[in-house]
Amino acid sequence: MDREYFNRFIKITLYVIITTFMVFSARLYYIQIMKGEEYREVSVSNRERVLKIPAPRGIIYDRNGVVIVTNRPYYYVSVMPDARNLDIKNLSALLNVEKKKLRYRLKHGRLNINEPVVLKELLSPSDVAKIEARRSDFSGIMIETNITRNYIYNKVGAHVIGYLGKPSQKQLEGVENENMLPDMFVGQWGVEAIYDKQLRGTPGSKTIEVDALGRQQKVLGFIPPVKGEDVTLSLDIKLQEAAEQSFGQRSGSMVALDPRNGEVLALVSLPSFDPNDFVVGIDPAKWLALNRDKKFPLMNRALQSSYPPGSVFKTVMSIAGLEEGVIIPGYSVHCGGLMHYGSWSYGCWKTHGGISFPLALVSSCDIFYYETGKRLGINTIAKYAHMLGLGAKTGLRLAGGMEKEGVIPSTAWKRKVLHAPWYLGETFVSSIGQGFVGVTPVQSAVMVSMIANEGRMYPLSLVKTVGEVKPIRTAAIGRETFVRVKEAMRGVVNEPQGTAHSAMSKLVTISGKTGTAQVVAGRVKTETLKEEHRDHGWFVAFAPFDEPEIAMGIVVEHGGHGGSAAAPIAKNVIETYIKGKQARIDAENKPQIP
Amino acid sequence: MLKINRKYLRQFDWGTFLVLIAVSLVGVITIYSATRPIAASPRPIHYAKQLLWMVCGIGTFTAVMIYDYLWLKKFAYALYAMGLVLLVAVLVVGKSGMGAQRWLNLGIVNFQPSELFRILQIVVIARYFSGIKGPLSKLSLSISFVFFCALPFILVLKQPHLGTGLILLSTYGFLAIAKKIERRVLIAILVTASIIIPLSGKPVWKHLKDYQKNRIVAFINPDADPRGIGYQIEQSKITVGSGMLFGRGFLKGTQGPLKFLPEKHTDFIFSVFAEEWGFIGCVAIFLLYFMLFYGGIDTALKARDEFGGYLAAGISVMLFLQFFVNTGMVLGMLPVVGIPIPFMSYGGTSLVMNFIAVGILLNIKMRRLGLFYA
Repeated sequence: MDREYFNRFIKITLYVIITTFMVFSARLYYIQIMKGEEYREVSVSNRERVLKIPAPRGIIYDRNGVVIVTNRPYYYVSVMPDARNLDIKNLSALLNVEKKKLRYRLKHGRLNINEPVVLKELLSPSDVAKIEARRSDFSGIMIETNITRNYIYNKVGAHVIGYLGKPSQKQLEGVENENMLPDMFVGQWGVEAIYDKQLRGTPGSKTIEVDALGRQQKVLGFIPPVKGEDVTLSLDIKLQEAAEQSFGQRSGSMVALDPRNGEVLALVSLPSFDPNDFVVGIDPAKWLALNRDKKFPLMNRALQSSYPPGSVFKTVMSIAGLEEGVIIPGYSVHCGGLMHYGSWSYGCWKTHGGISFPLALVSSCDIFYYETGKRLGINTIAKYAHMLGLGAKTGLRLAGGMEKEGVIPSTAWKRKVLHAPWYLGETFVSSIGQGFVGVTPVQSAVMVSMIANEGRMYPLSLVKTVGEVKPIRTAAIGRETFVRVKEAMRGVVNEPQGTAHSAMSKLVTISGKTGTAQVVAGRVKTETLKEEHRDHGWFVAFAPFDEPEIAMGIVVEHGGHGGSAAAPIAKNVIETYIKGKQARIDAENKPQIP
Repeated sequence: MLKINRKYLRQFDWGTFLVLIAVSLVGVITIYSATRPIAASPRPIHYAKQLLWMVCGIGTFTAVMIYDYLWLKKFAYALYAMGLVLLVAVLVVGKSGMGAQRWLNLGIVNFQPSELFRILQIVVIARYFSGIKGPLSKLSLSISFVFFCALPFILVLKQPHLGTGLILLSTYGFLAIAKKIERRVLIAILVTASIIIPLSGKPVWKHLKDYQKNRIVAFINPDADPRGIGYQIEQSKITVGSGMLFGRGFLKGTQGPLKFLPEKHTDFIFSVFAEEWGFIGCVAIFLLYFMLFYGGIDTALKARDEFGGYLAAGISVMLFLQFFVNTGMVLGMLPVVGIPIPFMSYGGTSLVMNFIAVGILLNIKMRRLGLFYA
């Protein structure tokens, strides 16, 4: 061998080796020194995840401290979206979720590349055990707990309490909503929505270290969530329950207020829904069914439904008549069952003979009020109606701001809305609360409340008020007028000719007025009509007679006569209220065992 | 031949030996860190196995040191034939792992014949070349190329193990050039090569397996699919880079234990080391490796005979090539090929074989002042 050549070649090889080391060192310098910091950060973001921890929502109590809505923990299973090779088929079998649904969630379910995708919520303990046992088969699966809402009374009071849902884009952008997370459930209806900011609390966060398969290894940091504030409603859940039970299967609405301060004691709208269905996101099929239901369970009838008040309106007429000097001692009208005006005839449900106030109200004579209305004129009638809160929104925020105004017709109104002049015949019809007149249940409650407290309109409140409440305004109506109308209303329930016998109670003096709103015109006996053509039954009431504490308006859709359909509901609710009050007094006065 | 002469011991290159031990120990502790569990679970025993293999390696090293290396020259062809047989055996009855048939199951251990073969190839080439006077002729070049290069290359490629195949190819090439090739033969080769290589691109590409194609694509453009083929390269760079100047500290690296870095205790062990010991640590380990290769080169220069010279040179280059390919891959400068870094990567067969290789080196160096048949 050529030793010299060989040695030279080997030495060259050595220089090549040295050069290689230099190149590698330069490369190391580049990666570790120049880009080191950047790579270090990537390695950190590789393995750190920040999980948001939602705060428990505030508890909702009724006025007596009974828990209506609370929170409960639940299990859900989630997976890191970048976990590779997820066996969808076996996962679907294990979780009992359709493959289609899983795929959809995996694709669309995450908001943030660092957050896990939820695959199934509300796991039962046996679900959890099953999944835990097979967890090693599915990399990246995590079982976590979260808190959800528990509506203890299910459907009772649903329209007052409301339901939850994921926030809309607009809500997320709202000024007060920086601590609202896109995947948390916020109030979308009712009290849950109105007081959402207080109820929501502040979410916390957990920083965890994960491996390449997204599995949690260690907790690196933790900020605890701050629970939301509790809310105590003015609602009395026992009253609410009693009222809803009294309705049975019938649709309709009831609003019960405390005439001393405007607190809402109960608010019914039936048919209704179960807020528990919404807690982790309502099943789309259920949501569709609710929306398509011809009885509109998602509509809050108390605020969103306007009905002709029927004879209930005669209370307004009476007040107007007394104040305007139409109903004076000696003012009497002859009721022969039918009145003629021009080529039209207007009937009365009974032949009353010669009749005057207060009997005209007690036995609800239509002809008396046709005549009174003729003498007052529609615009005067409208004036008093407005004074008593009708024809305007109450401002109660329950129905997402979709409260109806109702209709109190006047000549100006008709010209504006129907571009037509007013006819006297329409005054007759309006005088007995039919025709154009429209009143929502909450408006009727406000009206009877003002009558009960003799002219004061309080702001409606869903929460217990503190201290003395100042009225928004006081009606310019004499006290004497109120007293006389109240006495007449007492007679409606308690006198033999009264139309609301079914509401007479031994426990307390109930006063009120019935109403029957026509759905179909015609002189057909109500009981023979098909249900959807039957009249709506109204009843407004207050109790006790001296210093009233509860005032309510009830409408039973297609219930027929107010006296038979709605009045018994009022009796039940008022009696429940009285009994409840007595029970509380007894409990306080119970001798304490030392 | 049996006696270990006192004077040989004085020629024993303790420096290279100690470097060898040092690098291997660094390998063991890096494996310890790389395979540590994060959550509470049983600690894998790779590091313990590696330590055991290391002891085994020292044992075989010593055994190889005892006899004058010239026995290899005597049995060169026989040994090489055995090597070829083993390579064929692997293809026929071999145990698969990771889509490749590379192992023979020998009861308690798995043995990779290709690792042994690397040494046997060098031995046989050194034998053949030392028997030829003057530069390689067309004939000798062709014969040696076919039997000592092309044939094993194809056998290894069928496993498939492209990385080892390329090392076999390169080692042969290096030794052929070291032997000196006749000028006109060299020109002929260069001309043919410059024609064939550009043309062979397409058919070669067709023959590559998918994952091999992916690796090349990923090398050229690692950003194309950060989760897939470019993943290993990207994670390796992240791991190395996050070491920065001083490293994260022993047992503080996270890329490996959290499974971001695949093959963390085998092919990518250097990344794990780089993450924990930083630039400083890497430069230090580079120095150690350099001393190792320098020791080999030095041996080749000082070898007492032609056979020893080729043997030493071949082994040095073979070790360096492993280091070169692996480090290049770890740093994202070369495509991913499954070549472990010598002495640090987890793997019994490679570790023991590399120990044997260094043993032969030191054997040659130790006896450089000896007479031929002493």
